[in-house]
Amino acid sequence: MEAYFDNSATTKVFDSVRDIVLKTMTEDYANPSARHSKGMEAERYIREARAVIVWSLKVQEKEILFTSGGSESNNMALIGTAMANRRAGNHIISSNIEHPSVYNPLGYLEEQGYEVTYLPVDHRGHISLADLETALRPETILVSVMYVNNEVGTVEPVEEISRIVKGKNPAALFHVDAIQAYGKYEIRPKRQGIDLLSVSAHKLHGPKGVGFLYIDEKVKIRPLIYGGGQQRNLRSGTENVPGIAGMGEAVREMYTDHQKKIDQLYALKEYAETRLGELEGVTFNHPLGREGAPQIISASFEGVRSEVLLHALEEKGIYVSSGSACSSHHPGLSGTLKGVGVRQDLLDSTLRFSFGLFNTREEIDYAVGTLKELLPVLRRFRRK
Amino acid sequence: MLYQSFLIKYAEIGTKGKNRFLFEDALISRICHALKQVDGKFDVSKESGRIYVTACGEYDYDDTVEALKKVFGIAWICPMFQTEDRDYDHLKQYVCCYLHQVYPDRNRTFKVEARRADKRYPVPSEQMNRDLGEVILDTFPEMRVDVHHPDVLLRVEVRAAVVNLYSEMIAGPGGMPVGTNGKALLLLSGGIDSPVAGYMVAKRGVRIDAVYFHAPPYTSERARQKVVDLAKLVSRYAGPIDLHVVNFTEIQMHIYETCPHEELTIIMRRYMMRIAQRIAEETGSMALITGESIGQVASQTVQSLAVTNEVCTMPVFRPVIAFDKQEIVDISEKIGTYETSILPYEDCCTIFVAKHPVTKPSLKVIRRSEEKLAGTIEEMVETAVAGREVVRCG
Repeated sequence: MEAYFDNSATTKVFDSVRDIVLKTMTEDYANPSARHSKGMEAERYIREARAVIVWSLKVQEKEILFTSGGSESNNMALIGTAMANRRAGNHIISSNIEHPSVYNPLGYLEEQGYEVTYLPVDHRGHISLADLETALRPETILVSVMYVNNEVGTVEPVEEISRIVKGKNPAALFHVDAIQAYGKYEIRPKRQGIDLLSVSAHKLHGPKGVGFLYIDEKVKIRPLIYGGGQQRNLRSGTENVPGIAGMGEAVREMYTDHQKKIDQLYALKEYAETRLGELEGVTFNHPLGREGAPQIISASFEGVRSEVLLHALEEKGIYVSSGSACSSHHPGLSGTLKGVGVRQDLLDSTLRFSFGLFNTREEIDYAVGTLKELLPVLRRFRRK
Repeated sequence: MLYQSFLIKYAEIGTKGKNRFLFEDALISRICHALKQVDGKFDVSKESGRIYVTACGEYDYDDTVEALKKVFGIAWICPMFQTEDRDYDHLKQYVCCYLHQVYPDRNRTFKVEARRADKRYPVPSEQMNRDLGEVILDTFPEMRVDVHHPDVLLRVEVRAAVVNLYSEMIAGPGGMPVGTNGKALLLLSGGIDSPVAGYMVAKRGVRIDAVYFHAPPYTSERARQKVVDLAKLVSRYAGPIDLHVVNFTEIQMHIYETCPHEELTIIMRRYMMRIAQRIAEETGSMALITGESIGQVASQTVQSLAVTNEVCTMPVFRPVIAFDKQEIVDISEKIGTYETSILPYEDCCTIFVAKHPVTKPSLKVIRRSEEKLAGTIEEMVETAVAGREVVRCG
């Protein structure tokens, strides 16, 4: 049996996504900028994808920028707005549990003379709104916070964050990294006060190498990629038609009967919590059930190293990810896990199980059964 | 393309007396093997003490030189212009044509060194030097003669059937052709040292196989893939390598549960040596190779090396034994294994390592600890040896 529980890393695509990607590569493969009718045929896929995304967020078509995925969306949101708004100020606020594709562009901006405040999180992984309020200044141009944390699945209070930001500094922009959230939540940027929103297609059963950035029409932003002037000069380069079409199809699938799909994920999550909870020496680090995101479970297994447990599970066809990759010589432990207060001795014993729409209860049973056999054996060989 | 041929010069083979032809044939076979990876068809031949590589038609010059630079036994690679036209007046034109093409910037000093391998050729070499020098000076007024330190040393060889012109010499790797000196088994760990050790022994003409100790789930598939990748990188020099992947988990766990923890690494290494020796005997290797270097880690103190070595009856080659880490790193960078070696995957030696492993083990104590393993470990070793997987690399 194979059980793929690494859907927050990436997902298998929907069959309908595979079909449309294939079609745009083999039949409707023209350049969407071409003047001929075959080019228009290709452009139609982009229009349709855009229409579906706009429908899912209730925003305007011109506010969607197609990118190569989550990392580019985050880079564009941070660097593009920081550069364009330099005269307004040089202060940026973020948190210390962000993904590297936020964290590292911020490091780059610091080198360029911007000042960044990184807000700490409480034991639930929430940034403190009081800290945010104190950190905001007249020269703050941008606040960037993730919607759903990728390691423990905590959900940040984006609406409240936006209210505080706009209340104190109406000119400051609010960027949300929604890479683990889009497809799982009904997101309404206009209502929630989000100016920029980063999305990646392959986390919601779409293809890799494609994503988008929602940019509110009033946002001043500069391109990162210059060239032939596609996408209204904001991102040059021939559009990735297969990717964009595939993403559109994934969004359509995901947001059709959406609540049913989310209930399905929560049912899996809650079932897994119950079953994993039967095992000895297991601690959960994620917000349980509907307190957290529907797809992420973070579990620590006392006395076992996550890397070893991961490989032992992989031998049985069970795929998960470790809370942190590290070796005896390079303890590069997860900042998020530390941030949410995971016990020191459990930091290196933590696995993430992340679910997708293709997972089943039988797979969870199989994984729990396998863990029941493996844990006692692995615990016999603790490092002395 | 100006150069259709290469003159291959070899160093040490020349001293091999009556066995020389064996070494030459081995070198030719290694050259042929190396050139299989290159676009183009090549003719490799030997003629009185030298080896020629001639391209038949289109070929890739840079790839060819790169491939030849990895063939042990080659001292120099000389790209060469060769013609069957031995007419003396024509030769003068060929010389000018050669310089014109090879040295577009002619503001250089030169010297002509002619040689008559065929003494029946009507012009003596001294005369050729003078005549050809004169023609060059007439044709390229910017060039000047310097007989002591010329920028361009143009060699002109008149042989029975052909005339060769060459002036460039590209250094080869030296050493001896692989296959002229038996076979040895390399203990390949995935670190920096062992690939270098394998490279160094192969350089002396020794064929290499390798053994890797895999400990799933404590070591990952990626760690194993990394070792396969390293074996492939070494095989660019050493020729095809059979990599024996041995599952070591059971043995390691048994030692871990039975013996004092500080002795784990040293006892593990003794079992690795025993298993390696078994595989070497089965597969025709006559020695073992390790990347050990004195004092680098606890298991490589002189005392530890002595205790590890005690289980071996075969010679164990440790070519980097007296090298500093940086010296080993320099070689690994040169041969292109460094980037792969430093990928951060754990190997089975570090996984359960004690905080304070023994650095001065006593053979008596270690033997007494090993006695506790007796009864079960023999079968585990049998299973590990028999169940090994062989991956052909290169």
